[in-house]
Amino acid sequence: MTAVQVWQFFLSGLTTGGTYALIALGFSLVYNATGVINFAQGEFVMLGGMITATAIAAWGLPLWLAALIAVAITTVVGLVLDRAAIRPARHSSVVVLIIITVGASIFIRGLASIIWGPNERPLPAFSGEAPIVIFGATITAQSLWVLGATLVTALIMWAIFEYTIVGKAMRACAINPHAAQLCGIELSRMVSWSFALAAAVGAIAGIVLAPITMAQYNVGTMLGLKGFCAAILGGLGNGLGGILGGLVLGVLEALGAGLVSSQYKDAIAFIVLIIVLLIRPSGLLGREGGDP
Amino acid sequence: MNATAETQPQPVAENEALVMARRRRAQKLQILSLFALVIVLPLAVRNSYYIHVIIFIGLNLILATGLNLLMGYAGQVSLGHAAFFGIGAYASGILTATYGWNAWPAMLAALVVTCLVAWLVGRPTLRLKGHYLAMATLGVGIIVSVVLRQWVDLTGGPAGMKTTGITTFGWELRSDADVHYYYFVWGWVCVLTILFANLVESRPGRALRALHDSELAAQILGIDTAAFKVRAFVISAAYASIAGTLYAHSSMRFISPTPFGFQTSIALLVMVVLGGQGTLWGPVVGAVTITFIQEFLRPFGEWEIVVYGLILMVLMVVMPGGLARGLGMLWHWGRERVGRLRAARAGGGA
Repeated sequence: MTAVQVWQFFLSGLTTGGTYALIALGFSLVYNATGVINFAQGEFVMLGGMITATAIAAWGLPLWLAALIAVAITTVVGLVLDRAAIRPARHSSVVVLIIITVGASIFIRGLASIIWGPNERPLPAFSGEAPIVIFGATITAQSLWVLGATLVTALIMWAIFEYTIVGKAMRACAINPHAAQLCGIELSRMVSWSFALAAAVGAIAGIVLAPITMAQYNVGTMLGLKGFCAAILGGLGNGLGGILGGLVLGVLEALGAGLVSSQYKDAIAFIVLIIVLLIRPSGLLGREGGDP
Repeated sequence: MNATAETQPQPVAENEALVMARRRRAQKLQILSLFALVIVLPLAVRNSYYIHVIIFIGLNLILATGLNLLMGYAGQVSLGHAAFFGIGAYASGILTATYGWNAWPAMLAALVVTCLVAWLVGRPTLRLKGHYLAMATLGVGIIVSVVLRQWVDLTGGPAGMKTTGITTFGWELRSDADVHYYYFVWGWVCVLTILFANLVESRPGRALRALHDSELAAQILGIDTAAFKVRAFVISAAYASIAGTLYAHSSMRFISPTPFGFQTSIALLVMVVLGGQGTLWGPVVGAVTITFIQEFLRPFGEWEIVVYGLILMVLMVVMPGGLARGLGMLWHWGRERVGRLRAARAGGGA
């Protein structure tokens, strides 16, 4: 095992890690606004990739327009999920809400398999297939797109939460819903916003990832669970923590798959999750003693 | 609530003891009627497919009863209970098929392995507040299902593995007669239900219920809440392990990783919530309903999972308190409507 190989695993891990980070961001957005762990988050990722691939292949649209349509449709799906299933059950127990989001994820996946069938959908890389060499390791240009999208999305999210009224109101709701309502913030509107943003972020992750892994109706489940892992790893509800968690998870997974065993790649994320929960139960950047 | 409590006389301690005794007697009667139903059912149901479905209900019932102890009494959620089901099935399946053990010691060994895993996961996580156990069990569930798929030498991988039947003192449960297996599984159901009923009425059971209502209050009463939660978790895993072993040696004589994944863990959650958490009969209602829904949806082909997902959402949105409470509310609502209609008609006639 040479240093170049490790460096190679590190770089490819960073790429998948970027996707996990975006998914984790979606988990945190919904969790902060509602306290709900949205197990349908992975399906937003699937929808983003599938809709873009279809729009390009079947309708012949340019990439930017296809991506825009994918984000828009996924956002609507997120809003409908909130209105139809989460809002009526707002005051139910955590278990009930978990089952509802899992039911929603099964429902969306089932519809996707009927609409698109079981085949994988290829999506061409955004800027060619030529590999780029960085200190002896090669990565594709698409990997840079993933990392770039992660960075830009994270910055946009940060700007929204820091500088816009809606973002500040959402933060207020996360800190104390009752006090926020007393200040005249309409909680249900903020919840809608958080679902819309989470769905959009998920769709973006799906779009930039699709050229690397191909889009398929059933990719959402595992991606969602890994993103959830990343969110916990970084401290659930902590946006920056989620991004850090995603990148760490992606790198550890790639290193584990490359150095230990590629067969158990899918288990590595969860082994890391359990070890972290045992050592540092509130996650890497979570508050000490905070409730997940 | 408070206003009525003040005006009504407080129940005396004697009365409460009486109510408890009456409830226990009613419970005994209910369990006895379950026995009776189990014994006569195969006489009425001749169709081997239905017998097969009822065997499945029995297995789901064992799983849901164990999970009910954890959720309804200890107030903790497990998102990976199918993993313990899987460990129980594969441990005894491998010991019997590959190493030639008898199924009974294999069952015991599987039980020990499952409990050990549950203890190792539960002990550190259950000391923390919140839903750490849910997350840790989600992780364990996925790790186990990946291992079952990837450790091909041991488990046969995704293609599954052949298992053997159960032999007791040279007498083997035949694979072609489902009725034998039906009695065997439901015999276990009855034993485990009685154990469960006794457990929740005992001192540890009351301790669990106390910590379900308020962990702080339970601690003040001197209950070691963390230790009780770990025990409840290990016992619920043990129930899952027994169900797994029974599944592994059923008349199919075959196991594959599919039934031990995340979807099964969720289906088990639904059974417990739907039936009503923390009741003796909740798991029965839940196991029967969900098993029938799953069987009923089979012919739907590719629409199966769409409808299943929709049913999960609708059931939980409409009846978050479970089927019994949901139907009760529906009944009240209906009676109110009828009463109002009657009143209106009477008013119109006069």
